[in-house]
Amino acid sequence: MKCIIVDDEAAARAIVAKLCKDISSMEVVDEFSSAIEAIKFLNKEMVDVVFLDIHMPGFNGFDFVETLKAPPKVVLITSDKDLALQAYEYDTIVDYLVKPITKDRFSKSIQKVETAIANDSAVNKIESNTSINSGELFINIDRRLIKLKFNEILLIQALGDYIKIKTESKEYKVHNTLKKIKEKLPKDIFLQIHRSYIINFTKIIDIEDNSVLIEKSVIPISRSNKPELMRHLNLLK
Amino acid sequence: MATEQPNLKYIKELSGNDRAFEQKFLGIVKGEFPVEKQHYIDCLGRKDFIATAEIVHKLKHKLNILGLENGYRVAVAYEEELKYGSHKLKDDFLKILNVIENYILTV
Repeated sequence: MKCIIVDDEAAARAIVAKLCKDISSMEVVDEFSSAIEAIKFLNKEMVDVVFLDIHMPGFNGFDFVETLKAPPKVVLITSDKDLALQAYEYDTIVDYLVKPITKDRFSKSIQKVETAIANDSAVNKIESNTSINSGELFINIDRRLIKLKFNEILLIQALGDYIKIKTESKEYKVHNTLKKIKEKLPKDIFLQIHRSYIINFTKIIDIEDNSVLIEKSVIPISRSNKPELMRHLNLLK
Repeated sequence: MATEQPNLKYIKELSGNDRAFEQKFLGIVKGEFPVEKQHYIDCLGRKDFIATAEIVHKLKHKLNILGLENGYRVAVAYEEELKYGSHKLKDDFLKILNVIENYILTV
């Protein structure tokens, strides 16, 4: 597994690097003393796991996780036990290590990361059983595969590590990304109009300034996506 | 009561007899600790207690690494009181930092 280490303390980075070195499956691809530099790196490169100090000047570990567009698995490292509950509110945070980290505890953490990655790929495999041609999409909710017809989907909203799929009758929250579901949707009726929204544009009621009304939902249109939306409309000039 | 002394128990356990790692790691601590100590002194001198609490937070990891269990407890309490603008434990904490400073010169 490829990893990076983010900690403003050199000694702490050296400890995690040594612990990784002792595990054959781990490869440290880089170390960062600044969270901002690590974010820049992750916007270009993919890794499996980030070992992340919570306390860093100007930017804490939780800010870091929220900033990443497609966060890898994160193992938080801290001297505080008190933040563990907050850590588990984030799906991407797999474990929480309290300094000083022991070899045994670190090994357990790596096992947790491996399990989490294996679970994700199993879910993705099931969710890829999509049939665009048949006009439907199966989503995985609590180990049940639920069929949604494309023409019933109104919109999809990104919510951190989840997406909310709103249909004419119900809303579903699925652990997935907007980018992945976009690949599964037919381009002739679905369009991303904002970094957090994909809409079924056949369901648009009206468009006013920089927002779209779909059923009772007002959806923002980002400036960069507006020309594409306008091209899709059968507009009487 | 005798002053608690630092030790290399954690570093030895971590290294698993990897002497090169031990030397490299001690080099990092020797380089990083004096800078952090000076930063602590500067923050406290400015009466910037929030910044002082942050550097105490970072320093307490060094206390942990060097096996200073009592010192770590003092650091935890000190960090908390600094967040509330108090610094009663500053003399105790400075003693601990001085013990570390002297110790790392000998290893």
